[in-house]
Amino acid sequence: MLSSFLVNLTLIIICLIWIIPTFGIFITSFRNSEDIFRTGWWTIFPHKGYVKVDEIKIDPSVDVNGPITVDGVTHTFEEWRAGVVMPDGRQLTWFGNKRTRLIEVNDLQWVGFDTRLTLENYKNVLTGLEIRFKDGNGNEIVRKGNDLSGAVLNSIAVAVPATIIPILIACFAAYGFAWMNFPGRKLLFTIVVALLVVPLQIALVPILQDYTKLNLNGTFLAIWLAHTGFGLPLAIYLLFNYISQLPRDILESAFIDGASHFTIFTSLILPLSVPALASFAIFQFLWVWNDYLVALVFLGDQNRVVTSALAAIVGEKGQDWHLLTSGAFISMLLPLAVFFALQRYFVRGLLAGSVKG
Amino acid sequence: MQKSLKDSGGMGGWLVTNLGRVLISLIVPVITFVVLWQGFIFLRDSQAPKLIIVLVAIIWGVGGVALLYTVSNWLVEQLPIEWTQRLQPFVFVGPGVAILFWFLALPVVRTLILSFNGPTGKGFVGFDNYKFAFTDRVMLETFQNNLLWMIFGTFFCVSLGLLIAVLADRSRFEAIYKAIIFMPMAISFVGAGVIWKFIYTYKGEGAGISEIGLLNAIVLAMGGTSQPWLSQPPWNNFLLIVIMVWLQTGFAMVIISSAIKGIPSELLEAARIDGATEIQLFFKIIIPTIQGTLLTVTTTIVIFSLKLFDIVRVMTGGNNGTNVIANEFYLQRFTYGNAGRASAIAIILLIAVVPVMIYNLRQFRESRAF
Repeated sequence: MLSSFLVNLTLIIICLIWIIPTFGIFITSFRNSEDIFRTGWWTIFPHKGYVKVDEIKIDPSVDVNGPITVDGVTHTFEEWRAGVVMPDGRQLTWFGNKRTRLIEVNDLQWVGFDTRLTLENYKNVLTGLEIRFKDGNGNEIVRKGNDLSGAVLNSIAVAVPATIIPILIACFAAYGFAWMNFPGRKLLFTIVVALLVVPLQIALVPILQDYTKLNLNGTFLAIWLAHTGFGLPLAIYLLFNYISQLPRDILESAFIDGASHFTIFTSLILPLSVPALASFAIFQFLWVWNDYLVALVFLGDQNRVVTSALAAIVGEKGQDWHLLTSGAFISMLLPLAVFFALQRYFVRGLLAGSVKG
Repeated sequence: MQKSLKDSGGMGGWLVTNLGRVLISLIVPVITFVVLWQGFIFLRDSQAPKLIIVLVAIIWGVGGVALLYTVSNWLVEQLPIEWTQRLQPFVFVGPGVAILFWFLALPVVRTLILSFNGPTGKGFVGFDNYKFAFTDRVMLETFQNNLLWMIFGTFFCVSLGLLIAVLADRSRFEAIYKAIIFMPMAISFVGAGVIWKFIYTYKGEGAGISEIGLLNAIVLAMGGTSQPWLSQPPWNNFLLIVIMVWLQTGFAMVIISSAIKGIPSELLEAARIDGATEIQLFFKIIIPTIQGTLLTVTTTIVIFSLKLFDIVRVMTGGNNGTNVIANEFYLQRFTYGNAGRASAIAIILLIAVVPVMIYNLRQFRESRAF
């Protein structure tokens, strides 16, 4: 009984640690930019915090360069500005610069759930609207939003074909390796196995040369081909393992009925391989959607995909957390949905493909 | 039909009797090519709304590949039967093999040649690029950092994965725990970069400023002072490694968990009856039984950390002593424009995975799949 409790407690703690980072940006993405800048996301929960209850005007006759006395307590301007806790528990903070002559009175109180949540950040990051907010010194800052909806569309245009094309090609090849006889069959398959762990960095320099010559840089075709090339060894390997284990008599009876290889492939093998195809499809889709390096190299700045758009926001506006958090969440939506809906297939694919590096 | 062309004897006689067929066989591929080319031109030059371009791109890409297979198979089936049998395997296997050669097999050779050439890819420079790779201060730093990633990243991924797999196996809520740990696998490294950058973010001391990064808030709450975590070597490397552990522990956990499920329950029961404690069970039965799986998971994650790029690129850009090999490769090729040095780095990456490649090949030969 106790051991079961300890097991669950340990797991709950680990799971909390695992989920809090994502949860933090999820919450932050719904807060308005000013709040994000001023307080941590955890302050939206009920907590004891300082709440402004009053203001004190400092008389113009007081010399702000010397010691300033408020309610019987004396401190320098710098100390007032940093905030002073009074004997009765109130916190007094000088607001703004010396000329404002304003002191805010804060009291420690229970603060309930913050309900000032907004969808504004998502609107801004998806479209290209301007956004205005105030920084710590009260200056207004204007920034341009990022056209992330275009990047999402580009990601779809990249990821869907870059998932289906390698599967189609690999399926044909796997069938050929499994059920057809031709010279060099064994050698070619050995090469496929050898290529499983080759790092894709090896291909980037020469392939970029080819693309420049062919004028393919920045096109969808270029990145589909690249993802196909890098995904094929695993795809052929996985699908071969599956297709070569389909019962022999099904194929033989089809041959006797006079069916050609092509008919057998399209009407028998493809439908029978759906579980294996699904496993690899999820694998490849997540890989392509989340890929940054290949997109960075072959797509460049035209047709930016979600990952490169997000990385660009990190680079250009690294402190604009309202854009970063909502952008990151948008980039995660589709893969998370695919992942949770088809987790079983994904796990199966992982188990079958754990030879890949 | 097929029988009659055998009787007419030889290719010549067959050609005469099948002139119409030959003509169609020439026209069909030409039409296919024109259709696909038009699609390519449209995609390259069109100013249509994005949504339409995306739809056309998907249909053109997927449909085009299917069309190419159908047409080339149809062509081969028009030939005499012995030729069909001889050529059809190449219709099936050919495109896959061709792409593999273009994108992976040939680049190995081409990159090797480039690695002996100068920055523009021309002019033989001998081993200069390798000399740079093994003596330059920046490169040595990347090797050192990659070693940190490989040792600590792999150690924590595998041991945490093992711990969670073993514990979850004893809980009723196994599925929920595992889904939560596994979830980061669906998140891109760039997205994960943003998530963790927010945790490590630092605003510094000043009037009326409160830290919005979780790590600094915790440090402050415990009485410490906030730090610009990501610019402090060597600890920033470990903070980046935490991200990889967060992302990859789920992978280790899933594979190890399925191996644990494969341990016969009679074995565990028998040991329990003999009075073995749970800890003895873990070290004397579970660990030895899943040894092979642990090795596979470890190699996979070691290779992964060797090639790691995105996290470092997004979080620090390799500055402040966090550079890694794959990022230096990117910098050499795309920032400094030195194809020779970049190629040498890529070859070093390849050499590092050769032992795994040999192991895979040996496993494959033993499996006698052929």
